[in-house]
Amino acid sequence: MAATTVQAARPAALPEAAGQAGLRGTLASELTKIRSTRSTWWTLLALIVVTVGFGALASFGATRGGPRGPGFDATTHSLGGLYLGQLIIAVLGALVITSEYSTGMIRTSLTAMPRRSTVFAAKALVFGLVALVVGLITSFVSFFLGQAIMSSDHINASLGQPGVLRAVIGGALFLTACGLLAFGIGMMLRHTAGAITTAIGLLFVLTVLVQFLPQSWQDHVDKWIPALAGSQIWQVKPSIGGTPMFSAWGGFAVLAGYAVLALIGGLILFLRRDA
Amino acid sequence: MIEARGLTKRYGTTTAVDDLSFTVEPGRITGFLGPNGAGKTTTMRLILGLDRPTAGAVTIHGKPFGQLAYPMREVGALLDAKAVHGGRSAYNHLLCLAQTNNLPRRRVGEVLELVGLQEVARKRSRGFSLGMGQRLGIAGALLGDPAILMFDEPVNGLDPEGILWIRNLMKNLAAQGRTVFVSSHLMSEMENTADHLIVIGRGRLIADCTVAEFIERNSQQAVRVRTPHGDELTKAVTAAGGTVRDDADGRLLITGLATAQVGDLAYDNGVRLHELASAQASLEEAFMELTGAAVEFRAQQLDSPGGTNAGPGSGPDGGQDQPVLTGGGV
Repeated sequence: MAATTVQAARPAALPEAAGQAGLRGTLASELTKIRSTRSTWWTLLALIVVTVGFGALASFGATRGGPRGPGFDATTHSLGGLYLGQLIIAVLGALVITSEYSTGMIRTSLTAMPRRSTVFAAKALVFGLVALVVGLITSFVSFFLGQAIMSSDHINASLGQPGVLRAVIGGALFLTACGLLAFGIGMMLRHTAGAITTAIGLLFVLTVLVQFLPQSWQDHVDKWIPALAGSQIWQVKPSIGGTPMFSAWGGFAVLAGYAVLALIGGLILFLRRDA
Repeated sequence: MIEARGLTKRYGTTTAVDDLSFTVEPGRITGFLGPNGAGKTTTMRLILGLDRPTAGAVTIHGKPFGQLAYPMREVGALLDAKAVHGGRSAYNHLLCLAQTNNLPRRRVGEVLELVGLQEVARKRSRGFSLGMGQRLGIAGALLGDPAILMFDEPVNGLDPEGILWIRNLMKNLAAQGRTVFVSSHLMSEMENTADHLIVIGRGRLIADCTVAEFIERNSQQAVRVRTPHGDELTKAVTAAGGTVRDDADGRLLITGLATAQVGDLAYDNGVRLHELASAQASLEEAFMELTGAAVEFRAQQLDSPGGTNAGPGSGPDGGQDQPVLTGGGV
């Protein structure tokens, strides 16, 4: 068969393309992926509803004779739902990658785009951006709703007060870091259940467990616990008489550091392992 | 053009692909044959860079798959039609693939129409039948209008209509000048579609030739004869250098002589013939003969307590791992 002549007879379905397939197209692809599954929308809706709802409940509680000492922090109070929100965003972060492994889609994805570091970067960036945007919505709605509830008692904070804007934006950064930590774990473990369990173990179970340590131990350990360290960024007033903690940004850097470690681990394994 | 040189893949102590070298030439259908577990899927995964070879290399147009500028424009592959996220619609599935290679959005509609899935484009693929899933996978492979197409056991589990559709599609693709590389454990399938064969057994290359050459080389041409004068014909044929044996139906199978020679001998000796036909061994028989040893060895391995048949690499076609040929080959 004269391959060349037959080939010339085939009409080209596509125009010639210059350059090469890279991050731009892969980012568009990952955006399509994340928006085209229902689990994304349900998880994000749950994140907003649960976080805002719990924050509103906590704020309402404060108007009904809740704790109101000199250390009372109206901003943190309205953002209290983040303790639950971090778990929900972690579920989505893990799912973004483990669902590709559980369905086998990862093999199809890598056949379309074999440059794995590009795929990894696009996935992490798109998920991180989605988490940040939804985190900002969650955090600001929680804050304004909470302050509106507490204003009846004149114990509310406002964005203009020192540290408040940082704390509200920090809530979104906190969610993003928790999500990316779970994403990195998902990349390493490749199994949905294992990744979610591990992420929740690190973020939630660990936080609860350290409360049972002797106080002298807690003084040294607590500030290194991911969720406790990270939550400093959405606190305006340091808790009085509590366990020593890092500063707002220092604490966040600890959480972000864990997330970066998980991402690096995930990337190394993703590049090395057979898909 | 796909070129494999010394390609080797080991999973622990299991060698799935063993020093495999071959070239898939453009513009024809190359059948990639071997019994289940022979390493066909692993080889395809190595070509696509899904697995990293233990030794050796495989290139497409001289480059590793991962270095192609627009992979989908050069190679379209369907390894496992079930490797999709079932919660995503057919349209969005294809769109997210197209976007990675900067392919225009209209191309998604075009391939959906090409495979006849435009009606269900917005439906989630979870509810698709096996045949529809296979069409979706093929649509994905065709998105980039690639010169090379790779299909791993594309007709497995399909109904006759689906098999016919795939068979015609592959012929059309090859007629358009594309390279089609298709694996199968079924000879009959390849006999109908392939121009060239690459046969492997236990990860090793067994044959690399045309279908005709393969049959010629690996099976004896026989002549089938029915006659009331068997003894006389046997004498004449043996004298002329042929070999005669009885076939189960009371016919004679003659090897070593052409059909015309047998007819002439009968005429010269006044032997009455009721039937004279050339009996060509099918590709299936030739394949069995060739891979028999490899399959037999595998069967023995299976019996030993430590022997495992499926390495991690055979995972994707694990569901198809019934020992179809093991039974026949031994």
